[in-house]
Amino acid sequence: MTYKKMFLFIIIICFIVVGLQTSHTPKQVNAFTSQVIQKGAVGDDVIELQARLQYLGFYNGNIDGVFGWGTYWALRNFQYEFGLKVDGLAGLTTRQKLVEASEYDRKYVKEQIKKGKDFTHYGGVDNTKQTTPDKEEKQQNTNNKNNQQGANNNQQTKAEPTAVNVPQGYSQNDIQLMANAVHGESRGESYVGQVAVAAVILNRVESSTFPNTVSGVVFEPRAFTAVADGQIWLTPNEQAKEAVLDAVNGWDPSGNAIYYFNPETATSDWIWSRKQIKKIGKHIFAK
Amino acid sequence: MVRWILIGVLTIGIAGTAFWGYQEHQEKNAILIQAENTYQRAFHELSYNMDLLNDKIGTTLAMNSKERLSPQMVEIWRLTSQAISDVGQLPLTLLPFNKTEEFLSNIGDFTYRTAVRDLKKDPLTDKETSTLKELYKQSGELKDELRQVQHVVLEENLRWMDVQLALATQEEQSDNTIVDGFKTVEKKVEGYTESNVNSSITGTSSKEHEYQFLKGDKIGKEEALEESKKLFNVKNENNMTVTKSGEGSDIPTYSVSYKNDKKNGYVDISQQGGHPITLLVNRSTNEQKISLNEGLEKAKTYLEQNGFKDMTIFSSNQFSNVGVYSFLYNQDDVRVFSDAIEIKVALDNGDLLGFTARNYFMNHKERDIPKPELSIKEAKNKVNPDVEINEEHMAVIDNDIGEEVLVYEFLGVLGNETYRIFINAMDGTEEKVEKLDGTELNFARRTKEKVPA
Repeated sequence: MTYKKMFLFIIIICFIVVGLQTSHTPKQVNAFTSQVIQKGAVGDDVIELQARLQYLGFYNGNIDGVFGWGTYWALRNFQYEFGLKVDGLAGLTTRQKLVEASEYDRKYVKEQIKKGKDFTHYGGVDNTKQTTPDKEEKQQNTNNKNNQQGANNNQQTKAEPTAVNVPQGYSQNDIQLMANAVHGESRGESYVGQVAVAAVILNRVESSTFPNTVSGVVFEPRAFTAVADGQIWLTPNEQAKEAVLDAVNGWDPSGNAIYYFNPETATSDWIWSRKQIKKIGKHIFAK
Repeated sequence: MVRWILIGVLTIGIAGTAFWGYQEHQEKNAILIQAENTYQRAFHELSYNMDLLNDKIGTTLAMNSKERLSPQMVEIWRLTSQAISDVGQLPLTLLPFNKTEEFLSNIGDFTYRTAVRDLKKDPLTDKETSTLKELYKQSGELKDELRQVQHVVLEENLRWMDVQLALATQEEQSDNTIVDGFKTVEKKVEGYTESNVNSSITGTSSKEHEYQFLKGDKIGKEEALEESKKLFNVKNENNMTVTKSGEGSDIPTYSVSYKNDKKNGYVDISQQGGHPITLLVNRSTNEQKISLNEGLEKAKTYLEQNGFKDMTIFSSNQFSNVGVYSFLYNQDDVRVFSDAIEIKVALDNGDLLGFTARNYFMNHKERDIPKPELSIKEAKNKVNPDVEINEEHMAVIDNDIGEEVLVYEFLGVLGNETYRIFINAMDGTEEKVEKLDGTELNFARRTKEKVPA
């Protein structure tokens, strides 16, 4: 009898332990996913990382879901203060330490981001004091903005990061303007052909014989037919933007060209005198 | 009766059409005038700036005090850039006018270099003074020529729209004064550029190195196809086309493009040695499955597989579901900024989407890196004391005049901004200061950075 009781007791304890563990594990899962978060990353984990770092007072920037320099230095300071290896990477140990040391009010943070508000997430401060009161109008505006940045969306929840990575030295406006020009100039071309056209614009900015700004090059009278006939104001598709981004990030399939032309429609003899590099699609690229 | 009604209707119709036509005509004129005004503004500004430029160079020659010289140089530099921008606003693209632009750009480079130098320690050399004198004379001639054109334009009420028309229709209207005037200017400058070849102005715009590191034997089309099959990860060559580059290409390459219903691929392979220079694969990416960090491992593996040794990660960025990584060549813990390779990895399945080693092949060589003469502590003292330095590296960069220099690279924070500061490791010059974080008004949201190639 007593053995049986003991046996039962042990089994029950076993169940309790197992139960405790299983109920404990989801809590961990609730925090970060298992990825190592590094500078340049975008997404939910970055939002959580920024929120937790802010909770502890290391991070004073916006919780925007983009791992930029501000987040990088905050993370390094955290690693330094907590005696971890200072590498600016949120690996397993760092994430565990961070989860132990801070709290993360996911619901609150997500809601603020969804509503597009300016907010903070410092520890020991009442949440209501860290945000602005609701305003319908503002909310709509930012929702629109979020839609525009829909390319950034890689999460299941609707609270997307509110910032985007842009290449050093370029604003989103520059990229947009170039995407407009690329779309107008080379709508029917292959992706590579579009990257090449974008690269030509950038090569002209670099060249001493052309204006030194993107807008200067694009709007140089008679430089691009799409500018002259108004096709530049067609709404560019995502592909044109991606092509521009590739060109800005250093891809140049044109082979360092500063001119290109369509041999079927080119009217100037002068353009034929340039040294040709290659042909992509309908365009001949030249120096 | 019917006849009268018909006449009435027709009269009204004709009158209406005439009125409509007149309105259209008015509108068209308004727009033409507006465009004309823009051109006129740019043109007159250009003449004015050239005049001012000439004037400033002249005063520089008369100056003796070094403290004044630097700001004056900066002023000249500013004016050249303004003049170049004015030229850019004129409809001259089909008229070869680039020699003049180059000339202006050269003045700009020369004055900029002088302006950023400590003229107290390192005064103008005799050669530079004579260059300045030469520039003064040449800019004077250029100015006169432009003023001449301007005078005729004003006197005879010439229109830039006509120039545009003349250039667009390609009909050689021999009496177009503006076109002729600019041709004369360009002719004049052609002479200048040649006579300046041996002076210190040339070779200022960043030096293009010579692809010395492209080793190996020449390959043929077949081998290029073989190589690209590997790169695109496909078995047969049905959907592939190969073309040879033309004579304008920096180095001879084969371009191989590949297309099936799911993806497009394009690669440039050097004929010398068969190295991939630029690779792009275009396909739609699905939901993100792997992290930016895992993508980095993929990129590293790819580099190793292709025989690129001693590359260190410099920056990583996520754009949508694509990771973009930049690597620098690392020679004995010195990062060489010009030898860069960029790699694009799809974050849905880890496939390689892009690769470009143009900079690497153009600049790479084994360098004799000297021992720094300044200690890191001495170098730190050269940095603005308000900047809190968090990270430090040794690096080789191209300085303003396109020379490779050994520097200490400091990453520091001032306020909320992050800066990258390069201090020359030999003489302590502050070679470059870059701000690494951009704030944008457009989306009223913070935007983040990416570091250049």
